[in-house]
Amino acid sequence: MKKMKPNPDANKSILWITYLMVGLFVGMIGYFGYFLQVQGENVINNSYNARLDRFSDRIVRGELQSNDGHVLARTEKDEEGNERRVYPYGALFAHAVGYFDHGKTGVEALANFYLLTSHINLVEQTVNALSGVKNIGDNVITTLDVDLQQVASDALGGRRGAVIAMEPDTGRILVMISRPEFDPNTLGMDWDGLIAGDNTQAQLLNRAFQGLYPPGSTFKILTVLEYIREHPDTWRDYTFDCEGVYACEDYTISCYHGNVHGHQTLEQAFANSCNGAFAALGQELKLDAMHDLAEKLLFNQELPLPLAYSKSSFTMNEGASTWEILQTAIGQGNTQISPMHNGLITAAIANGGILMKPYLIERVESAAGEEVKRFLPEAAGSLMTATEAQDLAELMRLVVTEGTGSAVRTDAYTVAGKTGSAEFETGRETHAWFTGFAPAENPRLVVTVVVEEAGSGGQIAAPIARRIWDRYFAR
Amino acid sequence: MVNVIIEVSKYLMILLIAVYTYLNFSYFRFHEERKQRRVCRRQNTAMFVLHFLANLILYLKSGDERVVLFYLAQVIFLAAYIGLYQLFYRNLTRILVNNMCMLLCVSWIILTRLSFDKAVRQFIIVAIAALVTWIIPFIMDRVWQLSRIPWVYGLLGLALLVVVWMVGNNSYGAQLSIGVGSFSLQPSEFVKISFVFFVATMFYRSTDFLTVAVTTAVAAAHVLILVLSKDLGSALIFFITYVGMLFVATSNWLYLLTGILSGCGASVLAYTMFAHVRTRVAAFRNPWADIDNRGYQITQSLFAIGTGGWFGMGLYQGMPYKIPVVEKDFVFAAISEELGGIFALCVLLICLGCFLQFVMVAVRMQASFYKLIAFGLGIEYLTQVFLTVGGVIKFIPSTGVTLPLVSYGGSSILSTFILFGVIQGLYILKKNDEEDYEEDEA
Repeated sequence: MKKMKPNPDANKSILWITYLMVGLFVGMIGYFGYFLQVQGENVINNSYNARLDRFSDRIVRGELQSNDGHVLARTEKDEEGNERRVYPYGALFAHAVGYFDHGKTGVEALANFYLLTSHINLVEQTVNALSGVKNIGDNVITTLDVDLQQVASDALGGRRGAVIAMEPDTGRILVMISRPEFDPNTLGMDWDGLIAGDNTQAQLLNRAFQGLYPPGSTFKILTVLEYIREHPDTWRDYTFDCEGVYACEDYTISCYHGNVHGHQTLEQAFANSCNGAFAALGQELKLDAMHDLAEKLLFNQELPLPLAYSKSSFTMNEGASTWEILQTAIGQGNTQISPMHNGLITAAIANGGILMKPYLIERVESAAGEEVKRFLPEAAGSLMTATEAQDLAELMRLVVTEGTGSAVRTDAYTVAGKTGSAEFETGRETHAWFTGFAPAENPRLVVTVVVEEAGSGGQIAAPIARRIWDRYFAR
Repeated sequence: MVNVIIEVSKYLMILLIAVYTYLNFSYFRFHEERKQRRVCRRQNTAMFVLHFLANLILYLKSGDERVVLFYLAQVIFLAAYIGLYQLFYRNLTRILVNNMCMLLCVSWIILTRLSFDKAVRQFIIVAIAALVTWIIPFIMDRVWQLSRIPWVYGLLGLALLVVVWMVGNNSYGAQLSIGVGSFSLQPSEFVKISFVFFVATMFYRSTDFLTVAVTTAVAAAHVLILVLSKDLGSALIFFITYVGMLFVATSNWLYLLTGILSGCGASVLAYTMFAHVRTRVAAFRNPWADIDNRGYQITQSLFAIGTGGWFGMGLYQGMPYKIPVVEKDFVFAAISEELGGIFALCVLLICLGCFLQFVMVAVRMQASFYKLIAFGLGIEYLTQVFLTVGGVIKFIPSTGVTLPLVSYGGSSILSTFILFGVIQGLYILKKNDEEDYEEDEA
């Protein structure tokens, strides 16, 4: 066979391909460096990363502090050099601070990486590394407020339930309570009892984030918003005559304790939480639009929360039965919501429709007190228009001035809110709800309360919220 | 005291491999042989000190006295390999021998830490491979028939791949290996070499359209069988190598463009046709969404690399065993976790240095047959490094290939030794030619 002349440009082609390949390869090396320098920290701060536990071989876990400088968790050494995690406030911050040695929860989980990273000066670190002494981990300063947390806890007393307080314009969580509680100091000893099958208390469950309750009348916020959207110009003209019991087909809906509200405008029906008016109004709504609205307000959706939570659920669809529509419109039926989610909706209303991402970690400091990292407020998205938020805020203000929210009526500050008394089992007392914000015209603090099996929201839950605001505005 | 030694050694090792890597590139500046030899001697010093420190840590941490014996065996091997190779082949490229030895050191260090038994197995395979492939430069210098038998390479390669596809053992969803007695052989590693020889012999004869068409058809058959065996990494390596060699043989931009475009088209087609391709891509795009299952391996790898950071956790202080198949496809993550990101980066640069040596050999060869072989093997080598490391650090979807000379695995080691042996043979051929020429002149 005759050989062809070799390609004279072969070397040029070799160089072209070489440039291309070396370019790609260098790109990969660049990405590797970028990953190590920039992304690494965010990636490894993950509860699936078992490697972080190894950090405790070299680092003394740092302190958790409240926003006002109190220590919420610290590591102490006994005479034999054994480390022990101490929680000075015991059960008060049980779910908020959490634990890290029986699985990880709360801020202990959230801040795990920072607590196990040390930013003391390099000389000291080197000396420690060489002499086999552990470095002191960074301290994490939370958004939690000891004073308000204590007030909320006292107000809730021994009852089951949850309380949350946060700033609507930043998302900072100041109070997070779930009862019944556990004591993190004795968790190891109590563990078997806490997880025992016959324990019906569910102390380990963070009810604020993971508890699911029927929303009761607090859901009327969504029902009324849908009605406003469908009747943007005429919704104030709606009227209803309440006789205490509303009948439709074979079904009846009663107002709380059979109250007869008489002639009601929509504002009055919302303020007095008239079930009949809302059941009647619910039947006029477009069900698919109602479903969209519920999902837009984060039902059936992931929530922008830093800790483990349960998804709220809203199941009513087009073609639902009359009974389901009646029930769903007043917040009963199949709808389930977590206290935190209810707080998020309230916070969005208070913040002109924009939901801020709730957060628990304010900043990270080295053991010497130098700032390492600071977390800034971040928007999670818009839940409704500013006008809608304004309308809802006015309606919620009327709840306090004219209606069921009289317990938070005071001259010291103005509140807008919504009560709820959610039935969950025939013959048992209702769950008491209250969610609101103050001051009404320039909201600074959202408070959401649920008390299990305790009675009416206005009488039981609203006074708890009031004690938090009283303390908050007194300082 | 032990603590001091271990901590200081960790940083010294990073420094030593950095020095080694720097020397690797400074070598290109010198043209005098005397200076080149000095660079190589310094590299050897850095390597042996690094190797000693690493084994010191391994011994102190594990307390296993077998580590000491194993270390001595390694030192004897390395000294013999470096010494005897240059004694036997006067004109070899020492820098390439050095790089092989350095990568082998890294491999033994990390494998000893992961599993002593596997490290010993790997060492034995390396020793055998070194012995067997010793002869390659000798053969290449004397046997001229290598360029005359394209269809032996082509058909043999295809036949091997078909056998694996039909009767191969299934590992992680792909047919990769066949059992031979108690060994498991991965033929695609060897077909990689025969494939380059096939393409080089074909284009050496002719680069007219008919030859190109026939060669392309055979190359496509290789790739297709590999895709059907779900060995995506190898399929990609074969494909890229072929397009590169075709372009070098013809310098025809149209071929290069067609090749790249058809590669993109085939990727899209494979994505829509094969579920296992979609799985890989999904695990690449968002591994966090399925962290317990499909995203497990890659997220564990990222945890390892991220937690290790630039300086590493130190040997025995990370958790590399959390990553599935860490000693094979994901060995780079283990290196980065325990020896540090800088160390891992240097390993990458050493691999890049090897590739550049291959390219220099390819550029200098006169005969297009040798030129194509050198460059084809170079493309294969760098593509493989790119695919494995890119997959481990989530730069590209994971394709499941090994890091040559570092990953655990007999077939991979042997085929890489053959690859380096062939390059070494080409270099020696060229040098001998030049010397003959100079003698004639004089």
